[in-house]
Amino acid sequence: MDYTLVIALEMVRAVAWLVLLASGLAIIFGMMRIINFAHGEFLMLGGYTVVISTGNGVNEWFAMLVLAPLVVGIFGVLVERLVIQRLYGRILDSLLATWGLSMLMIGGVTMIFGNSVTGVATPLGGMSIGDYQVPRYNFVLIFAAIFLLLAIWAVLKFTKAGLIARATMQNPDMSEALGIPTRWVYMATFGIGSAVTGFAGALLAPMTGVVPTMGVNFIAQSFITVITGGASVITGTLSAAGLLGSISQGMTFLTGPVYGDAALLLAALVLLRLLPQGITGRIFKKSL
Amino acid sequence: MTKLSRRSFLRTTGMAGAASLASPLIARAQSDTIKIGGLHDLSGALDSTGVPMNQVFQLAIKEINEAGGLLGREVEPVIYDPQSNMSLYSQYATQLALKDRVDVVMGGITSASRETIRPIFHRYDTFYFYNTQYEGGVCDRNEITLGTTPAQTVARLIPYGMNLYGKKVYTVAADYNYGHITAAWVKRYVEENGGEVIETEFFPLDVSQFGSTISKIQGADPDFVLSALVGTSHLGFYRQWAAAGMKDQIPVLSTVFGAGGTEQVIMTPEEGNGIISSFGYFEQIDNPTNKAFLDKVAAEYPDKDWVMSEISEVTYEGVKMWADAVAEAGTTERDALLEVLTSGKTYDMPAGAVKIDPKTHHAIRDVYIAELQDQVFQIKENYPDSPPTDTQMVCDLIENPDSNEHFEISL
Repeated sequence: MDYTLVIALEMVRAVAWLVLLASGLAIIFGMMRIINFAHGEFLMLGGYTVVISTGNGVNEWFAMLVLAPLVVGIFGVLVERLVIQRLYGRILDSLLATWGLSMLMIGGVTMIFGNSVTGVATPLGGMSIGDYQVPRYNFVLIFAAIFLLLAIWAVLKFTKAGLIARATMQNPDMSEALGIPTRWVYMATFGIGSAVTGFAGALLAPMTGVVPTMGVNFIAQSFITVITGGASVITGTLSAAGLLGSISQGMTFLTGPVYGDAALLLAALVLLRLLPQGITGRIFKKSL
Repeated sequence: MTKLSRRSFLRTTGMAGAASLASPLIARAQSDTIKIGGLHDLSGALDSTGVPMNQVFQLAIKEINEAGGLLGREVEPVIYDPQSNMSLYSQYATQLALKDRVDVVMGGITSASRETIRPIFHRYDTFYFYNTQYEGGVCDRNEITLGTTPAQTVARLIPYGMNLYGKKVYTVAADYNYGHITAAWVKRYVEENGGEVIETEFFPLDVSQFGSTISKIQGADPDFVLSALVGTSHLGFYRQWAAAGMKDQIPVLSTVFGAGGTEQVIMTPEEGNGIISSFGYFEQIDNPTNKAFLDKVAAEYPDKDWVMSEISEVTYEGVKMWADAVAEAGTTERDALLEVLTSGKTYDMPAGAVKIDPKTHHAIRDVYIAELQDQVFQIKENYPDSPPTDTQMVCDLIENPDSNEHFEISL
């Protein structure tokens, strides 16, 4: 019984983790059709923000919840102004440019902070479920993912900004004709997507080591989740993360992490064969 | 004055860059010096390991020169940075052997890099020292291998853990050859000592989430966990293990934690305390040679932010043992040096007494077990004269001096 509970919790955590990892990318890809290849490095930047600021005496939670999204968000806006805005509608060029950006970021961070592993300890400690011990931090991840999805949903659904964003997403030319400055919408979207990614990177920092090259470990999972999910930011991310996360974690429990990884890739492969536009390209088409 | 167009500027600076890439970092000089090649990753993924190795390498050479050089000549380091890139390893190894014509080369970190350069040095008869702990099995008369192998460390660590904690072991290991070979050794030593490996799990190097494994370990309830996890993402295991509150319930022993001299200071005391490792060298070794060595390193590199680990200390050993052999043989010619090195001579090194096994050209050395306490490894046990029995199973250079192979030791 306890074991089942622990497994269930671990699956939920895995899903939450994929949601956090992919949301920023999904916002940028879903709304702007820009593939941000530097996504992993945005995560890394979030992680570094936490490590550096807590190293200088900033409260760990403040660094994770406020500082990291802020820093990476501002960085994202800068990147959008300097690079991305010139590349709308040019998917391949944007891929190449953001790939270059990722190398630039790895090089830059290595130059400033060195190519050594840093990190912060996981806060909150453990708790017991029956005979099992689990990190309390798992719940932070789960709540952060729920909060993030709710926030994106609320903004898109109930605010004027959300309405403008949805209009731009559906038909940029028409929106422009109606007087919406789509350039600014895109800039804000890229900034918000970056901030969300920074947030995920910040939450990642206390779980593993932080190095300039860490991004590459996460980029595959993020892309697979977004592509499998399809164009809708919330439904797509949630359904893909739910499916892939539980499949890979289930396999990890049954066999081991090697097969867990393989199962995730296989599931994505099959899904994309059946639904080439992603899950929300066929089902839940009208969802957010 | 001609106008400098952007294109011509790019061309000339690009060429200057290419030229500086191709020539060694330290100016080449007259042939009246004795040349010693250094191939350590000074940039790229492995630079946090390669930079300390290279610093200690240069310190050892500086010491030799301050004491008057060798055979009345100065020792000149020829250093290249292979940038953690295998094609650069093979390029620079060929340059060292053919163009710079160095007398000996120290270097290579991963087994992949060693297997890239070892055949090159073998082909061109360039004497080669590999100074890294590795999975064992290299059988090459041209190579002196000074780092520890699993039969030296794992063979001590497992019985130590089983005596203290019990016979049920749970292995977590990195999913590449090092992890698989080490896991096989762990299984062998656990069974030899009457215990049982209840589960072995392998993790691809990019896995950073260990929640399900930690739950599985709790379900299996082993007496201790043996970790052969490698790299940054895998540090997550120790972090999440501590965060789950498991650290005080099931002890963790590792064959590799602390190998690069960085993990122990990345982990906070709350996360790292109690992790037990086994290597051929720890900073806390209590002998006068080690004290003098650490003082010299501190004086030479006052700003260093790394902890001396086996891989760096053994690099120092390599240079010093080679220099001692040159002084004794009166030549830099390889076969004469090999004769001295394999004569059974014992070298007094910071890590303790070291000698070369003539059958395998591997080191017979002290092996230590230490426990991490407040970010410092405190030595618990010392096993002098530990032979590389794994490599001895497959390699006999006295009988087959032409051997040029890296055997996979099957268990």
